[in-house]
Amino acid sequence: MGIYKTEPLKCWGKAKELRLGVYEGIKKARDNGTMIVAGGTESAIALPAGFDMDFLGGEPYGASCAFAGIQDPSWNRGLMEASEAASYPRDMCAYMRIGIGSLLSDKFVFGGKYPVPTFNLQTHICDTHGKWYQIMSDIEGVPYNCVDYVPYEWETENESEESKRLKRVYMKDQMLDVIDWMEKVSGKKFDDEKFINAVNWECESTSLWAQCCMVNQAIPAVMDEKMMYSLYIIAVLMRQQKAAVEFYKVLLDELKDRAARGIAAFENEKFRMIHDSQPPWHNLQIFRYLEQFGAVSIGAHYSFSLSGGWAYDKEQDKYLPAKAPKEAGVTLKTREEACDWYSEWLLAYQTLLRSLRYSGRGKHKRIQDIIDNWKIDGMMIHLNRGCEGTAVGQMELRRYLADRGIPALTYEGNLADVREFDLERTIDKIDTFMETVGLTKIAK
Amino acid sequence: MIEDFKKIYENRHNYMKAWKAKNPDWKVLGYMCSYMPEEILYAAKVLPIRWLGGHEPQNVTEPHIMGMFCPFCRDVLAQGLLGKYDYCDAIGITHTCKHINQAYESMILHRGVDHFFIPTPSKMQDKQALPYYAGILKIFKEQLENWTGKKITEDDLKRGIAIVDENRRLMRQVYETRKADNPPISGLDSMYMVTASQMYDKQEVNKIIADVIKNELPGRKAKNDPGIRLMILGSEDDDTAFINMVENCGSSLVIDDHCTGSRYFWNTTEPGNDLMSVIADRYLKRPPCPIKDMPNRTRIPHIQGLAKEWNVAGAIVIQQKFCDPHELDKVAIVNGLKAVDVPTLYLEFDVTVPIGPFRIRVEAFLETLGSEDLF
Repeated sequence: MGIYKTEPLKCWGKAKELRLGVYEGIKKARDNGTMIVAGGTESAIALPAGFDMDFLGGEPYGASCAFAGIQDPSWNRGLMEASEAASYPRDMCAYMRIGIGSLLSDKFVFGGKYPVPTFNLQTHICDTHGKWYQIMSDIEGVPYNCVDYVPYEWETENESEESKRLKRVYMKDQMLDVIDWMEKVSGKKFDDEKFINAVNWECESTSLWAQCCMVNQAIPAVMDEKMMYSLYIIAVLMRQQKAAVEFYKVLLDELKDRAARGIAAFENEKFRMIHDSQPPWHNLQIFRYLEQFGAVSIGAHYSFSLSGGWAYDKEQDKYLPAKAPKEAGVTLKTREEACDWYSEWLLAYQTLLRSLRYSGRGKHKRIQDIIDNWKIDGMMIHLNRGCEGTAVGQMELRRYLADRGIPALTYEGNLADVREFDLERTIDKIDTFMETVGLTKIAK
Repeated sequence: MIEDFKKIYENRHNYMKAWKAKNPDWKVLGYMCSYMPEEILYAAKVLPIRWLGGHEPQNVTEPHIMGMFCPFCRDVLAQGLLGKYDYCDAIGITHTCKHINQAYESMILHRGVDHFFIPTPSKMQDKQALPYYAGILKIFKEQLENWTGKKITEDDLKRGIAIVDENRRLMRQVYETRKADNPPISGLDSMYMVTASQMYDKQEVNKIIADVIKNELPGRKAKNDPGIRLMILGSEDDDTAFINMVENCGSSLVIDDHCTGSRYFWNTTEPGNDLMSVIADRYLKRPPCPIKDMPNRTRIPHIQGLAKEWNVAGAIVIQQKFCDPHELDKVAIVNGLKAVDVPTLYLEFDVTVPIGPFRIRVEAFLETLGSEDLF
């Protein structure tokens, strides 16, 4: 008998249906020869939504292959080896290597051949992203373009308004140019109304996900992090769609209800943790192992913010869900207005992407914000060899926590390359960490 | 004298300390990437000097930077944490790669130095990059004015541009001489020249280069037999021990594509009325670091052109271990060189390189270049 009551999420099945629906759509488009656009999902995915198309996002696709590798190593090791056989170095972004391997092997993890897109469109959110789809286009022989992304600096840096204005205009003008480019390379007419809707829905769904994360401040937490991976993915894959907004409205209501009734994600919650960076998708059981000690990871800067909209509130000195256009009293009427707002949204409120570029004091402040407001007892840092964007600043984060007496566990691994993860060693590290914080395994 | 370049490189800190004592009205800013707009710093009477590594094993960066970040960024941070560059009044960086940016952020966190970050665009080919970057450079200029307490005038900027462009023109002139069948200057001395230009007052280095061009290079042969002509390209590289070894194995490095080489100085500013746009334009048009070469691949035709014009038989592509930018271009560059019949040898560098094993690989490469086809 646990300390808290727990029960399954009612909308769990809907999340799964939506998630698989994205890939079913891509398969159909491939088989019917209709338009597919590929790129990173943490890009401006509302941009190509001005066309009827299906979007294939590289990061969640890589995570899916890594997860599928648990059952069939050809989806993990096999694709990595295909990429390496073509001379792509093995310490580069693991998602990218899986994508290259999948393309070169002409295998799609959801069935059939790899779906070659009409064109690739990327947003250059980290050093790898813009180059990743340049390589994909080299191999596929399809047109390629990217939008440069220079996020606003963290609040700790007192960035000038003029600097922000320049970044916003730079991004907006690139978006407008990219729309013309997409029309040219696809031969199709861009629909402004569809695009404006997509921007509104993207802002709304990512704001709603942030609101869902806020509910997790409750004790006991209503979601654990492993559960969150199946929920935030809707925003990652399809945040520019109305269905995502509808899903998050239902989820938010359900989470609020769970919090009001004291329903826990984990019945023995005693020690609340957060995680840093993506998890090792091939070995998610480490999160279940924590539970044997009464510990539970209830979120991360990563899972809160990857497709979440967070605004810094100066008066409260906190990060709060950002206001989508309608909530802010803004009606987007034209392509230009939508590009302008969209740029602001990505530059100001996409805090995970910000930390890929600026990892120092500002990221520490955000982590401290989560520690304080989500009542965190300790942190687990995945020194992630497969994503240097999220790995940047991790050692400094560990020092920051140590200096403040916040228990932190580091383990080395790779989000998608199972060859760089040692489960037994990680378990040993968790055991040692639990001993240092005075937790023992709960008797069954 | 050509030897002066080596003296500056090897005694960089002593040179700078002496220089600072002689120039009390100047400040010194240490920067970590070759995209730093030095023209504006010279205009502000702030001497920009590039921080490079020490090529010695160190034990200070492990708590700050994950082991899979490139050895160059860890070596640079080590120099900073060990106080080797304490004569610098500030540090600065432009946005380039996250590895070297991590070194910069760790310096701020642990040394509390004055610092300047310039958010350079990455999509430098984009027409929108110019107005953006010109605006960002204007902000940088204002930040410098606040820091030094002195206004930077148009004349100051013209003076800054003139100093830096002169340095670029002179080095390009030296590189042109390396097209000769028997080049008058070695690859090693060329590397010393470029790194000395990065590490010391360009006004002083320009005098040395001008003197070398006028009085030393005419009629000079760096070696009696230049051997096989090679190109070297890739990540940051000031590994003089490696360069020296290669040039003592029966070859000459006649051209490079490094940020401690030609990428640093290849183009000068073009005339224009708005000086911030003029400066921004120069950096947008320079031969790019791979991280800034998108969506189109401009590096390949540029490198192919260098290989042809400098008439090389082969190319050594070096990559700092874990250097993502160059790893991302690896396949494209190697294939690009293969397409113009330039064979490549690909090597991974660390803080120190294993000269013995690398010599064997270089010798084997040279042997394949020197031998005739059997069939």
